[in-house]
Amino acid sequence: MTDPVLQLTHITKRFGPLVANDDISLQLHAGEVLALLGENGAGKSTLVSILFGHYLADAGRITVFGRPLEPGDPKAALAAGIGMVHQHFTLADNLTVLENIMMGSESLWQVFTNRRAAQMRLRDVAQRFGLQVDANALIGSLSVGERQRVEILKALYRGARILILDEPTAVLTPGESEALFDVLAQMVAQGLSIIFISHKLAEVLRVSHRVAVLRGGKLVAQAAAASTTQEQLAQWMVGHTVDPPRARPARNVGEPVCTLDAVSAGQGRERLEQASLELRAGEIVAIAGVSGNGQTTLAELLCGTRKASSGALRLLGEPMPDRPAQLVAMGVARIPEDRHAVGVVGDLPVWENAVSERLHSSVFSRGPWIRRRKAREHAQRVITTFDVRGGGAAVAARALSGGNMQKLILGRALLHPDSDDTNRMPPRLIIAHQPSWGLDIGAVGYVQDQLIAARDAGAAVLLISDDLDEVLAMGDRIAVMHAGHLSEALPAGQWSRETIGLAMAGAPNEAAA
Amino acid sequence: MSMRLEKRATGSAAALLLAPIGAVLFTLLVSSVLVWWAGAAVTQTYGLLLKGGFGSVFALSETLTRAIPLILTGLAVTVAFKARLFNIGAEGQLYVGALAAVAVGGMHGGSGFDLPPMMLFALMLLASSLAGALLLLGPALLRARMGVDEVVTTLLLNFIVLLFVSMMLDGPMKDPTAMGWPQSVALLGDLELSKLVSQTRLHSGLIGACVLALLVWAMLKYTVFGFDIRAVGANARAAAFAGVPVTRTVVLTAMLSGALAGLAGAVEVAGRTSYVTLDMSPGYGYTGIVIAMLAALHPLGVVAASVFVAGMLVGADSMSRAVGVPTFIADVIVAASLIAVLVATLLTQYRVRWK
Repeated sequence: MTDPVLQLTHITKRFGPLVANDDISLQLHAGEVLALLGENGAGKSTLVSILFGHYLADAGRITVFGRPLEPGDPKAALAAGIGMVHQHFTLADNLTVLENIMMGSESLWQVFTNRRAAQMRLRDVAQRFGLQVDANALIGSLSVGERQRVEILKALYRGARILILDEPTAVLTPGESEALFDVLAQMVAQGLSIIFISHKLAEVLRVSHRVAVLRGGKLVAQAAAASTTQEQLAQWMVGHTVDPPRARPARNVGEPVCTLDAVSAGQGRERLEQASLELRAGEIVAIAGVSGNGQTTLAELLCGTRKASSGALRLLGEPMPDRPAQLVAMGVARIPEDRHAVGVVGDLPVWENAVSERLHSSVFSRGPWIRRRKAREHAQRVITTFDVRGGGAAVAARALSGGNMQKLILGRALLHPDSDDTNRMPPRLIIAHQPSWGLDIGAVGYVQDQLIAARDAGAAVLLISDDLDEVLAMGDRIAVMHAGHLSEALPAGQWSRETIGLAMAGAPNEAAA
Repeated sequence: MSMRLEKRATGSAAALLLAPIGAVLFTLLVSSVLVWWAGAAVTQTYGLLLKGGFGSVFALSETLTRAIPLILTGLAVTVAFKARLFNIGAEGQLYVGALAAVAVGGMHGGSGFDLPPMMLFALMLLASSLAGALLLLGPALLRARMGVDEVVTTLLLNFIVLLFVSMMLDGPMKDPTAMGWPQSVALLGDLELSKLVSQTRLHSGLIGACVLALLVWAMLKYTVFGFDIRAVGANARAAAFAGVPVTRTVVLTAMLSGALAGLAGAVEVAGRTSYVTLDMSPGYGYTGIVIAMLAALHPLGVVAASVFVAGMLVGADSMSRAVGVPTFIADVIVAASLIAVLVATLLTQYRVRWK
């Protein structure tokens, strides 16, 4: 084999007592796709941040194309030919593709920009790697898949020979993912090298030549993709064998709890048009779709933070209230998409966050006063019952890890303050928007088990997720959202991975016929 | 050479302890350069400054007198900033509060509406707090409904209010016996606050201000409304999701903040000046912002910060007479201490990396 293009040697990085990267040595060869696999917190991001100069390693060194890389300097990484495509794009919506690509690659002191030369060069790069994009289109008018292509083009335009892709398929439809994999194949065929960060086992095996698995900051295994299996990778990733999710279908589907009748709301990319849906007790309805197709609007409507512009929403036969406090009082449990920005008030302590939804009701207040003792007792129950770890009731909620923050939100939503051991008082309706997003495998299983338990206790559950595996594993009925349109919710058995993928991309659903 | 801030994984105990000490040392060091430059002995100057602010019954009484309006404006700013409502208009609210106090308690030919003094006193405080609250209501509604930046509106209202005060002092509220000085008619004698210590200017407004600080502290900590204020200030989206009425909270917080600043005006008139002049506040409203930041938005810290700032201002007056260092040194000390405290707070949360 040829000399490695990138060599990491004994990289170690500590944050206080936490060892984020523990003596990691890795090599990347020309024309190779290396998958970096690991759960959240395994150290993938830290390693990439060190490689890209955002962090200084405490020990270890990096060589690129045989030359040592200046540590802690993003410019040095760029100059050495390392390009990065972030999960969240760094493009300006109001500029064109060409302007976004030129931005930052020309000197600030230059009076005139050289558009013509830039356009020629961009065309060259695009043709070489089969990345066709209209150079004069505004970023704002492009789809997510196209934007990602622009990000890749931007890196290649700057002469990247090593490309790092951070969870690139998280925002793509299955079809778009396939197109991306084709582009990657073309790039490695021309001698580029790629580091592909992911926690999706199937696509890791599909796209990479070699897999490196991180766990708890350590490099626990490396293997050729051809010689390993998903089960083996999962075991390396979590440290023990993992049961594949089992389908646990609903047994007692009851009366409709919540109905939407031709509801429209929102505008722009996130508009919802004429959506109709029926959520019945004891059943999970899963909504598949790429994020940004109106799911946020649907979730906000049902969580009481947005009003419908037309159509009728009904809860338990009555017109649905549109204030969060009323919804909570009627037994609606809400799990928002963005834990940090919407789910908790990070600066406030865990105990206040654990009761914040019911603080305005007489459960936790008397006149103007907070019933602190009762509130703290309930918060302690949430912490104990849902195993929220990370410092107890008095620490600021922002100090919790993602999984523990999600457990706190689950506990707040699912544990009724008047419930006891004999009467669990499950919620009537659960709105869960991306409840397992960004959690490690253990926490994902926990969240899913809680939702299934609530369903079996009689709750109607709406699960909105862009993870197709989760939708297929959890949904008793499945609907697909695309461009603001919600398909009919059909029994899970009438869908296949392929038909859902087509519907996510906007093709008419043939399974329904 | 470039520097970068890295978030500390855990707050270090040593940093928490060293931060305020470092802040004080930094402040003294910066200020002593200026003192030395002015040609005075540094230790003597600091000694006189301290003595002038806190060194005798008279000095202390002057300092505490000066602290009273600062506590109230500091509380006004604290409450508003807690809800992330940036009220820069405490100065204007103080002045309309003072005008309202005189309008109720001094005009009408000194009749006082023929009410018993206690009733009239309560009415006067009510009028002042209402005037301050209403002045902030407009900016708060504009911000809540249309997203208009309240920093701009409240700041500019200060100048409008000062011109309005000037108009009133030369017009309907003019004191005919003041020989042309622009000052308002005086408050009824019955309404003036009693003195706490005889032969000083220290008045019972101090007790009122401290009680209000306690009430604001308890309100923020123990009531649902206090939770609403803190939640809206920390993360309005998450607060709305949890069912906090965000618009209502912002508007009510604005009313409370304006009322506290308006009370500062009433207490100044009733406790110290007896009438309104155009220079009755040497920027108490703006200093209230500094005090709120020095106190890290803690209502009880506001009391301590007010006494510190007032002591510096009062001490600088007498120090200046003795050694000839300009009184502006007090402003430098207050400003430097604010910067030092803000940087020290930052350093307890982040560490600086040089490379």
